[in-house]
Amino acid sequence: MEFFLIIISAIFVNNIMLAQFLGTCPFLGVSNKVSTATGMSGAVVFVITLATLVTYLINKYLLVVFGLEFLQTIAFILVIAALVQMVEIVLKKISPSLYQALGIFLPLITTNCAVLGVALNVVTKEFTFGGGAAHMLNLGESVVYAFATALGYGMALILFAGLREHLELNDVPETFKGVPIALVTCGILAMAFMGFSGMV
Amino acid sequence: MSNRKFDIFAKGFFKENPTFVLLLGMCPTLATTTSAINGLSMGLATLFVLVLSNIVISAIAPLVPDKVHIPVYIVVIATFVTILQFAMQAYTPDMYKTLGLFIPLIVVNCIVLGRAEAFASKNGIVDSALDGLGIGFGFTMSLTILGMVREILGSGSIFGWKFISGDGLLVFVMAPGAFLAMGYLMVLFNRIAKKN
Repeated sequence: MEFFLIIISAIFVNNIMLAQFLGTCPFLGVSNKVSTATGMSGAVVFVITLATLVTYLINKYLLVVFGLEFLQTIAFILVIAALVQMVEIVLKKISPSLYQALGIFLPLITTNCAVLGVALNVVTKEFTFGGGAAHMLNLGESVVYAFATALGYGMALILFAGLREHLELNDVPETFKGVPIALVTCGILAMAFMGFSGMV
Repeated sequence: MSNRKFDIFAKGFFKENPTFVLLLGMCPTLATTTSAINGLSMGLATLFVLVLSNIVISAIAPLVPDKVHIPVYIVVIATFVTILQFAMQAYTPDMYKTLGLFIPLIVVNCIVLGRAEAFASKNGIVDSALDGLGIGFGFTMSLTILGMVREILGSGSIFGWKFISGDGLLVFVMAPGAFLAMGYLMVLFNRIAKKN
């Protein structure tokens, strides 16, 4: 039940993009086509889940043990950067087809603040789900939360790309062309997602 | 101040405004501008990191091997972000709580790494400091304007001074309002830029 609540909450209610604004730059950058948005979503789900798992373990068994929590920001960003490089190398070797699909998006992900944001969130914030008591997440919950959050990001990205593909065909006023109309569309999409608030 | 130095400083406000023209650092721009004072604080926090990291990076750039320059720059930036975190926890704990996650996330703010890569690594210390100041103040200005618009519409106040009783259009304080306000401000900015 708890896991179910985490998943619903992370995907719909507290959607990382539409409610928390993490990862806006790639969101606006790669949402021109549904196909690129799908590739980016796959890469994001993969990296966020893996990065959260690794940073959670590093935080718990290295930083906390030695009282070095203040190094979280530096340690996490280095771990994420190294991890992304490693994932790239490993994928290239064991699954060239997956590498082809995700490859160009992987280097971009290091600077996607959603990755660092989720990693920092799960080790610093207390969460409440469905009226339960506020508590720090354990390893299982963290990974599920990270996975669901990334799915929510991917869903928002693909939905938005679909909308933008249609926008291309419309006659938009000159000054609204490009990013401004995308932002206004995004605002309306975020408004639709507000309907989920209070669900969990 | 010579003309060239002034240009380096001034370009961040309009010609290369990081928010409205270069579209960098959108996450903190949208997330922290629920009020004018929050936007201003976030802008100043970014300015602090930007100026110091620009200075240090322009000083060490000739010594850094090309292959590892990005990780080195990130470590420099992350160091200043950590210093900023400590300073804010000590002196402005309330603001630190309000801005929350977005203070550590300055590390991945593309403006900071972008300026390091595009300007500080190729220019002298004084120029880099001026560039950091200009871009930083440009960013602060954009965030404050966006924060003011959202605060006026959303809670009917400006810098905390309330001029209407009751609530405003609450949606502007929440997530969708950020996108809408930013979108329309950008339209306005495009329009002014086109006129000039």
